[in-house]
Amino acid sequence: MKNLWLFFVRFNAFFWFLLFFTFSIVLVIRNNNYQQSAFINSSNIFVGTLYTKFNSWQEYINLSKDNELLTAENAALRQRLQFFEDSDSTVMPAIKLTMDEAQYEFIPANVINNSISQKNNFITLNKGIKDGIEPNMGVISSNGVVGTVLKVSENFCTVTSLLNSATKISVSLDSTSETFGSLVWGNNIDSRYAMVKDIPNHIKAYVGQPLFTSGYSTKFPKGIKVGHILETDLTSGGSFKDMRVLLTTNFSNLTHVYIVKDKLAKEKIELESSNNNNG
Amino acid sequence: MAKIIIFNIIRFILLVILQVALLKNVSYYNIATPFPYILCILLLPLGISNLTLFTLAFLTGITIDAFYDSVGVHTAACVALAYFRIFFLNITLEVDQRDSFQTPSWGNMKFKWYSTYILLATLVQHIVLFTIEIFSFENILQTLIRALLSTIFTIAIIFVISLLTYSGKNKIPNN
Repeated sequence: MKNLWLFFVRFNAFFWFLLFFTFSIVLVIRNNNYQQSAFINSSNIFVGTLYTKFNSWQEYINLSKDNELLTAENAALRQRLQFFEDSDSTVMPAIKLTMDEAQYEFIPANVINNSISQKNNFITLNKGIKDGIEPNMGVISSNGVVGTVLKVSENFCTVTSLLNSATKISVSLDSTSETFGSLVWGNNIDSRYAMVKDIPNHIKAYVGQPLFTSGYSTKFPKGIKVGHILETDLTSGGSFKDMRVLLTTNFSNLTHVYIVKDKLAKEKIELESSNNNNG
Repeated sequence: MAKIIIFNIIRFILLVILQVALLKNVSYYNIATPFPYILCILLLPLGISNLTLFTLAFLTGITIDAFYDSVGVHTAACVALAYFRIFFLNITLEVDQRDSFQTPSWGNMKFKWYSTYILLATLVQHIVLFTIEIFSFENILQTLIRALLSTIFTIAIIFVISLLTYSGKNKIPNN
């Protein structure tokens, strides 16, 4: 018994190492498998507050560029508004919309933490449960998609960026086209490019063709621009082909984004899950 | 004693802020990423007990993980680093040195010892870190290249920090 004790004391470093190392590996595996709301992530109050501080300094550096972007977006929206205002106001609209309000609500948010250089990148935003954010909502910027809300705390939320191996977004080749594929970051190390997978072989695409979200999931509305095709016909060996895409979202300089709230999401998911139950 | 503890706490805070506020955004594409925060584990006093060392390494790792949204990855790498530190100190230092409460800094040790210590420790930490991050032995060569290039990047930054905070006082004799 004494010898056993001496053995443990002599090699105590190794046993402590085994204990701590096993515990951290368990943490990694748990996080990889379930993505459940653990306390240790950047949406907790301490880390979130600190990131807000850091960001308030960084924001100044990007201020002029951001203003330019927002002005450009304003101009584009104004142009579209004109289209509605110019119509003859004396004519009463003949069609009454069946839906009282728009299906999607856009909640503006500020990026307080962003990374593009990790293997799996995450973004932290300054909106949380208080502002009605829920997991699995889509996030877009003024010129493209950004990602999906992962975890939500009282005041903050983390977003799985498009630059993450877990992200998969349903896209279509043209806003009207019937071809669908899924957008992934692939094995990339560059934040400007992504891949579209599972496009059927018979589809002809040309370089520079724009890509839009398909609107099949409840995360993103239909027709949000994603990027342009850069290289087509990268064969993946089966009856589908891959394409390389130049993203329109500039991830290295992301400050203002919108969280997409689909008001009918719950209804749609309930209906679809009832299908599964019966089948 | 109290002074050394306070110094270590300040060093920890400064290095974590440097890491998450500045160096998190610095990398050569995705290939070389610097992690000089490990300096706060490497520079802990020589004489602390193994359990204290592992606990502090664990806390450092989990702090960095919280900011990087990578639960457990940095923690595991820091624990491995702590084990390497115990091993390295055991084979290179005399017993009386090991039990003193000195900081193993450039000023206190010989340059040759210090540079070997930093180089090997960084290499071990980075290889563990990148392997666990990928979590598979596929593309092991690519992972090793990333670890190696990141090691060079990290060491460069660690030596810059060491130079800036160099003080030649309390030189203790070394073998």
